[in-house]
Amino acid sequence: MVEKRHIVVVGLNHKTAPVEVRERLAFSSEDTPHVLESVCQCPSVNEILLFSTCNRVEFLLATQDVAKAVEAVKDFMAEFKKTPLPSFEESLYVYSGDQAIRHMFRVASSLDSMVVGEPQILGQVKDCYGQACDHRTCGVVLNRLMHRAFSVAKRVRTETGIGDHAVSISYAAVELGRKIFGELEEKAVLLIGAGEMAELAVEHLVNNRARPIFVANRTFERGLELAEGFRGTAIRFEEVRDYLKEVDIVISSTGASDYILVRDDFKGLMRARKNRPLFFIDIAVPRDIDPEINRINNVYVYDIDDLNNAIQENIDERQQEALRGERLVDGAVIQFRRWFQGLDVVPTIVDLRAKVEEIRQRELKKTFAALNSVSEEDRAAIDRLTAALVNKILHDPTIFLKQSGYKERKPLYVDITRRLFNLDEGNGGKSEG
Amino acid sequence: MNLLFALTIICYLASSLGYQGYILFQKRPIHRMANIVLWVGFLSHTAVIGLQCVESGHIPVQNLHETLSTFGWAVVGVFLALQLKYHLMVLGALAAPLATLAVVIASMLPRPPVELAPLFKNLWRSLHLGTLIVGNAAFAIACSAGILYLIQERAIKDKKPGFFFRRLPSLKLLDSVGYASLIVGFPMLTFGVITGVIYAQMVRGRFWSWDPGEILGAVTWLVYAVLLHERLAVGWQGRRAAIMTIVGFAILLLTSFLFFLR
Repeated sequence: MVEKRHIVVVGLNHKTAPVEVRERLAFSSEDTPHVLESVCQCPSVNEILLFSTCNRVEFLLATQDVAKAVEAVKDFMAEFKKTPLPSFEESLYVYSGDQAIRHMFRVASSLDSMVVGEPQILGQVKDCYGQACDHRTCGVVLNRLMHRAFSVAKRVRTETGIGDHAVSISYAAVELGRKIFGELEEKAVLLIGAGEMAELAVEHLVNNRARPIFVANRTFERGLELAEGFRGTAIRFEEVRDYLKEVDIVISSTGASDYILVRDDFKGLMRARKNRPLFFIDIAVPRDIDPEINRINNVYVYDIDDLNNAIQENIDERQQEALRGERLVDGAVIQFRRWFQGLDVVPTIVDLRAKVEEIRQRELKKTFAALNSVSEEDRAAIDRLTAALVNKILHDPTIFLKQSGYKERKPLYVDITRRLFNLDEGNGGKSEG
Repeated sequence: MNLLFALTIICYLASSLGYQGYILFQKRPIHRMANIVLWVGFLSHTAVIGLQCVESGHIPVQNLHETLSTFGWAVVGVFLALQLKYHLMVLGALAAPLATLAVVIASMLPRPPVELAPLFKNLWRSLHLGTLIVGNAAFAIACSAGILYLIQERAIKDKKPGFFFRRLPSLKLLDSVGYASLIVGFPMLTFGVITGVIYAQMVRGRFWSWDPGEILGAVTWLVYAVLLHERLAVGWQGRRAAIMTIVGFAILLLTSFLFFLR
């Protein structure tokens, strides 16, 4: 009898490990081929996948010996990264069985992300899977698991509102801009000052085809540098007021201790602008834009707190939607488990025999109903004949499945058997894409 | 014809509910259904009006029943036309109930036999009322867009993006729809006023008699004229324009009311 295969996840993520640990253990995509091949050489590891993003490092394995495989992976990490195991062992989690399946589904569906519902993770997971496929370290178990994970992720995205609303400041700014201007295309943007969040917001606007971009900085050279990054124009800090006539969106993030724009600066401005709306995003603390300006018609001023409030509601909503996502994942785990358990040899043989026996009985019944004149003895003979036929036909496949010579490919053969005879009617069989 | 009219009312009613449901639940299929049902209602309503035209030989604006019904038809017509260009789905939540209200009231009003004036005068009257009704419908849509604009603008200014913020479209779109409706409505209103003045001369021998209805009518025209001028000349837009559209429509309603009292 062949040993059963197990699915195991060994890894750490943003919840269990601080960034210092994660960055020390992260694998670059150049490392990956080597990692995959090395770990796959371990006798206890049958299939392997490596996920390494900035928020997680995880090994997904199919193995016959969980303890040994986990040990092998841990040792490999310590050795490859030249980091003593005790320094990160505490951050590692090990999931197996249903837990591991659920974990992978949750990761792909972005339910396990730092920002729940962020859309990039699925792409990253696909890339990692692609690499494993290229190096043939994925077999029938992990292939199936990953394809299920992708389809669950897709369902979670389309059937719940998990990715509907902005949950980061810069996205919130873009969403607000859309509600004011409709399209952001051809909307002029002015960046005053600099800063990571402000630059990110400009980048999002540029991605939404906002242009032209102007950059004003106290040091003109720094402004030039920034402007180059956005393919924009640098202007002098003193020119900001003149440019207010032309731009539509102003993102401000200076270190000024006082307002750099006050209500008086707007006298006659709106008339000159022909009342076109003007949207200020004030990311600076202390603030750059006098909040009084928000009271002017067609001018909107959002400071950092306003933006935070705006996304808080969305975050709450996402959490609600995430619960619905979890339910979808639960269903998918049960479905996958059914298929996975079927990969065992014994249940497969039982299923196969049951199916053929059922066919035999059904056909016998039909035949006997048509043949009225058959005696009891003849009936028994026919019954024996069919039973013998079935046994002879199933003999070789049964032996083939029970042989333990080709461990490696066992799940594949079992899977093929199940599909060939359609043993997962309705469940696994049909839903497999 | 009564059957068709009943069908119209049912369709408008169902579509109003559908549009409200769309705002509430945000499900596109609901909107699609509401839109289809509204089209069905509009076609059957068009048939009703067409039959009325054939039957009496003039545009059905001869009594309050006909006028209201035609007004409802025009509101739906203008809305559907705008919908084709702007895809402003939520506007249906105001336009469809307005049309429903108009046809429901119309259905409850008595339908006195129409006394036809001499042909030429009657033609003039039909022209006068017909254009005014279509104009009014456009202004009703402009007013609805204005209301939605104010709600959305409040949400953005108060920084409380909640229920409406998510469901309503951008300020820009609402403003554009208001502007487009104004452009459709204003020439109609102008033409209606001119034909009205000439009609007054025909009926009463005087172009202008300073009665409250006429004065209010002139005020309405002025309000819309100023609004349009400001929009074109200094780019008035947004909140002030929205408020003015709503005020304009209120005066317009009062004017129509005064005229029907006479």
